[in-house]
Amino acid sequence: MDITAIPCRQKQVAVLKDLFGKPHQHTVPSLFIYGHTSTGKTLVVNTLLRTLKLPHAVVNCVECYNQRFLFEHILNTISGNSETITDTDNVIKCDNMNDFIRLLRQIVGEQGLDSQTLYIVFDKAERLRDMESNILPAFLRLQELSALNVCVLLVSEIVWEKYRFGSGFCEPLVIHFPDYSKEELVQIICQDCPPEYPEGFYNMYVNLVLSIFHYACRNLKELRHLVSLNFKKYIQPVSTGEASLNDTKKLWKNIEPHLKKALHTLYLREVSSSQWERYQYDLETTDSVALQGLSHRSHVELPFYSKYLLIAAYLASYNPAKSDRKFFAKHSGKGNKKTQQIKKSERTSNHMLGPKPFPLDRLMAIFYSIVDGRVAPTANIFMQITSLVSLHFLGHAVGEDQIEQPKYKCLVSLEFIKAVARTVNFDVLRYLYDFV
Amino acid sequence: MGKSRKSRGVSESSNSVEKDEVVMSLIETTLRERLGQCSLPPEICGFEKERRELLDLIKRTVTSGESNSVLVIGPRGSGKSMLIKSVLKELLQITEIKDNLLQVHLNGLLQTDDKIALKEITRQLHLENTVGDKVFGSFAETLQFLLQALKSGSQSSKPILFVLEEFDLFAFHRNQTLLYNLFDISQSAQTPICVLGITCRLDVIELLEKRVKSRFSHRQLHMFNSLKFDEYQHLFTVLLSLQEDFPDQKVATNWNKHIKELSEDKSVVDILQRQYEYSKDVRSLQQLMMYPVCRLGEENQQLKAAHFQESLKLLTTDSKASMLHGVSILELCLIISMKHLGDIYDGEPFNFEMVYKEYQKFAQRRSSMQVFDKAVVLKAFEHLIALELVRPMDSSGGTKVQKEYRLMSLLIHPSQILTALQKYPNCPTEISQWASCALAV
Repeated sequence: MDITAIPCRQKQVAVLKDLFGKPHQHTVPSLFIYGHTSTGKTLVVNTLLRTLKLPHAVVNCVECYNQRFLFEHILNTISGNSETITDTDNVIKCDNMNDFIRLLRQIVGEQGLDSQTLYIVFDKAERLRDMESNILPAFLRLQELSALNVCVLLVSEIVWEKYRFGSGFCEPLVIHFPDYSKEELVQIICQDCPPEYPEGFYNMYVNLVLSIFHYACRNLKELRHLVSLNFKKYIQPVSTGEASLNDTKKLWKNIEPHLKKALHTLYLREVSSSQWERYQYDLETTDSVALQGLSHRSHVELPFYSKYLLIAAYLASYNPAKSDRKFFAKHSGKGNKKTQQIKKSERTSNHMLGPKPFPLDRLMAIFYSIVDGRVAPTANIFMQITSLVSLHFLGHAVGEDQIEQPKYKCLVSLEFIKAVARTVNFDVLRYLYDFV
Repeated sequence: MGKSRKSRGVSESSNSVEKDEVVMSLIETTLRERLGQCSLPPEICGFEKERRELLDLIKRTVTSGESNSVLVIGPRGSGKSMLIKSVLKELLQITEIKDNLLQVHLNGLLQTDDKIALKEITRQLHLENTVGDKVFGSFAETLQFLLQALKSGSQSSKPILFVLEEFDLFAFHRNQTLLYNLFDISQSAQTPICVLGITCRLDVIELLEKRVKSRFSHRQLHMFNSLKFDEYQHLFTVLLSLQEDFPDQKVATNWNKHIKELSEDKSVVDILQRQYEYSKDVRSLQQLMMYPVCRLGEENQQLKAAHFQESLKLLTTDSKASMLHGVSILELCLIISMKHLGDIYDGEPFNFEMVYKEYQKFAQRRSSMQVFDKAVVLKAFEHLIALELVRPMDSSGGTKVQKEYRLMSLLIHPSQILTALQKYPNCPTEISQWASCALAV
């Protein structure tokens, strides 16, 4: 891609071009570029370096997760043998910063790059913070340490203040890539307008999609993906002949519920894009198709007693212990009045604060009171509790004795427990403190 | 430069245009180099006493064979390394010293442990020949060899200057072996060595072990930025002026005249004043000048006050506010909910459920608002966590508790939210109203 073809980033490109200057000139020791996801940071930097034909090495800090990979990647890229690693003997090995600087100088001398500025780009630079503490300060000081004409660029989504630690270091020049405005988003997405439709028509469609999604999402990649996936549905009335290209209202009526559905399913990755495409195709051919999302499939098969154990755990987690008598004791009428006296507003719902830990005894007591018939406390029952833990339906509360007095937390959602209770014909809501 | 442009108009020869360009790019190159990290400034402002002391100390090590140790302490960007470089430059002009003095430069960022540091010392002293392949021997062996080489010398042998940058990081090495041995040699009358430590930590002495501390001479040089504003202004002129060695003297005088005028320009003085109040260190001044210098070019042959203004704006933008400018409206609503939760519960941590309830209360009251699903809101919330505008209280993610119930804290100050709201593009009025009235639920 040509640097002039990048839309809406002229100002940033100009600033970067100015800072880079001519190849033989020195430039800023380090640059920090930040901005939201998909605001063209990596694109602009990479394209600029490529079109100006400057010697550079681009490092993705997620890929190079330790310093050894980082150093070797940079050195091998600069020495120019990254594409042709057929001979493993030629690969440069380096495992500390000291050797890195020494080898860098050597390679720059060998490659004859000392008359030009060398650029090292760290993409996803926030990962550099998790590495050894000398990495980030040393790279910010690379020009001084190596006495070479190098410029280090850090590209990140996180603001610069969150990088500072310890006794500080050389501050880089910070450049912000602002977010795209709505008009700019439309302009950029309209670039991939299919040639058989007029631009104004596509522009209208993109505006419709944005009117649904722009409130929740400003990510260009995501929006572009949504736009391209739903276009087929949008032009369907046109292709069947029900509407013409100018029938904006009809097209809008057709697409709106579809897009709203996409917000709940496609945008959340409940259904994959291929599933969505298949679904759209099925809609054209047959009338009613059901779309099965990920969360619909979260139904699991559990043994009978495990279900009751899970329900008991849920009740123990979300009910206060002092309400147990009211719910589970056989004859209790006294407590009812007291609870009614507590004003509804004073109680903070347990469903807001999350599950509370409970001891095993309480779990077993509730279990016996809700399950019908006699259940012997066999090893089997206790095994099922531990297997619920290993399925991550229950969690161990920390810092408790494991055998003597184990404490657990219930880690499933209300929807899930309702579904489980329905299978055993048990009404959970009647027993939940927050809902009576 | 104005004059030369005029003369170009008169002569109209392509030769002079070309020459003009060459001179211009030469000016650019010189200035850029000066503002980078690896060059010495043409003139040092202040620090005469410290400079004299350092010069004296190193000279004594070289000429009379006495061993010294000194710590140079000063904040970041105050010119510690620069001072040492310039002292060394001056000393090396004396041939007697140049022939005699051996230098070892170490940096705490590069030599992260003593083993690497030892290898580096042998390398810089060119002892590899003598050690042969032993450079890669064990730590103890190399140390023993080095110590022998150093200790076998007497006061008449060649003096060595050790410069330890980021000295505080060396104090975190195991047992502080390197520091102990260096100071030990400097105390006992063996090979004359001078240990120069450079650090920005004032409490660096406290980091040293007792045995190391007792061998250190406790000579400290403090370098604090005591620049007055007029000195700061002078520094500005010095850094941007061209030197006598510039090939085209006529251009240089014109340029310097222009810089002189610029430094008295009211708006530039104003910018300098603001930067001075923010921080007195020279490096931040250099950073301020970098952008205007980079803007120099064919169509822009002089430094302009407007570019300095732009540069100051570049340096002082509130990054969090500019990140807030780019969040979606849903995310903005969540941030405002979190702000309200902070107001109501007095800064207690919150979880997603509470934020969602707060958001729902608002969104349902306003019929015009689109009310989003919990899952969509959760996605927005997780985006905020990824941007590190919201931080989980405990770092242990995963199985301990569901993500809806993880305790979070907001990392944005309420006033930042309010200012960001004013700049937010097409912000619905109801949202800004909701943000400003905290307790009207």
